Amino acid sequence: MKTMNEMRLVFASRSANEGFARSAVSAFVAQLDPAVDELADLRTAVSEAVTNCIVHAYKDTIGDIFINVQLFENGRVMVRVRDRGCGIPDVKKALEPLYTTGGEDRSGLGFSVMESFMDTMKVRSTVGKGTTVTMEKYIRIRRRRDDAL
Amino acid sequence: MDVKETTEQAVTTVYLAGELDHHNAAPLRERVDDTVQKRHPKLLVLDFSGITFMDSSGIGFVMGRYKLMLSMGGRLQVRGASPRMEKVMRLAGLERLPIWSGKDEVQ
Repeated sequence: MKTMNEMRLVFASRSANEGFARSAVSAFVAQLDPAVDELADLRTAVSEAVTNCIVHAYKDTIGDIFINVQLFENGRVMVRVRDRGCGIPDVKKALEPLYTTGGEDRSGLGFSVMESFMDTMKVRSTVGKGTTVTMEKYIRIRRRRDDAL
Repeated sequence: MDVKETTEQAVTTVYLAGELDHHNAAPLRERVDDTVQKRHPKLLVLDFSGITFMDSSGIGFVMGRYKLMLSMGGRLQVRGASPRMEKVMRLAGLERLPIWSGKDEVQ
């Protein structure tokens, strides 16, 4: 399926950017005319992925967070959130609900939220090199642009 | 994050507003815990009706306040959460905690 549009974003792993990241992705995906709920699902998943980079990947430092979003003609949205942080030693363990190394007040449910709010989610990680989370969501095409003319 | 609070007869109500993410959760936690330590309410009510966005940071926030109130011999009540927030809280099994008030209870 052909890519319809694409954007790339790089920003510092400061927690103030969590709101910026989800708003930027949501503003870009808005061109597919998604339902309010679909957009809210995306915002939540992006927020979780970016928070993981800030809390875990760049725990005691500030690094770059890369977001790549691709939109496809069939309504598929692919969001990739990547960092060059510490990496995850045991991805399988990290994906377990309630597992966290983030201390008190971190629920350990970030990946669970991403999994339940998106259609697919994959995590690739190398210790010392970084982590890439790739998520997809299918937006229901409610009205084709040319039909509206 | 804009927060208002009232205390009447051992009931402290905190009206949360804005976006509850990891960035906003830390100052909010300090603010609420500070109020609880000062006022020692029997019941802490967290009103979510002004919250426009919440991710899993909200779960940690609610669970932390639940434990704090238990440790002080009081209890926590959550109200005004939207269906979307309830969906997030359900992932953590929060619907099983005795913190929901009336019609806002997670089904």
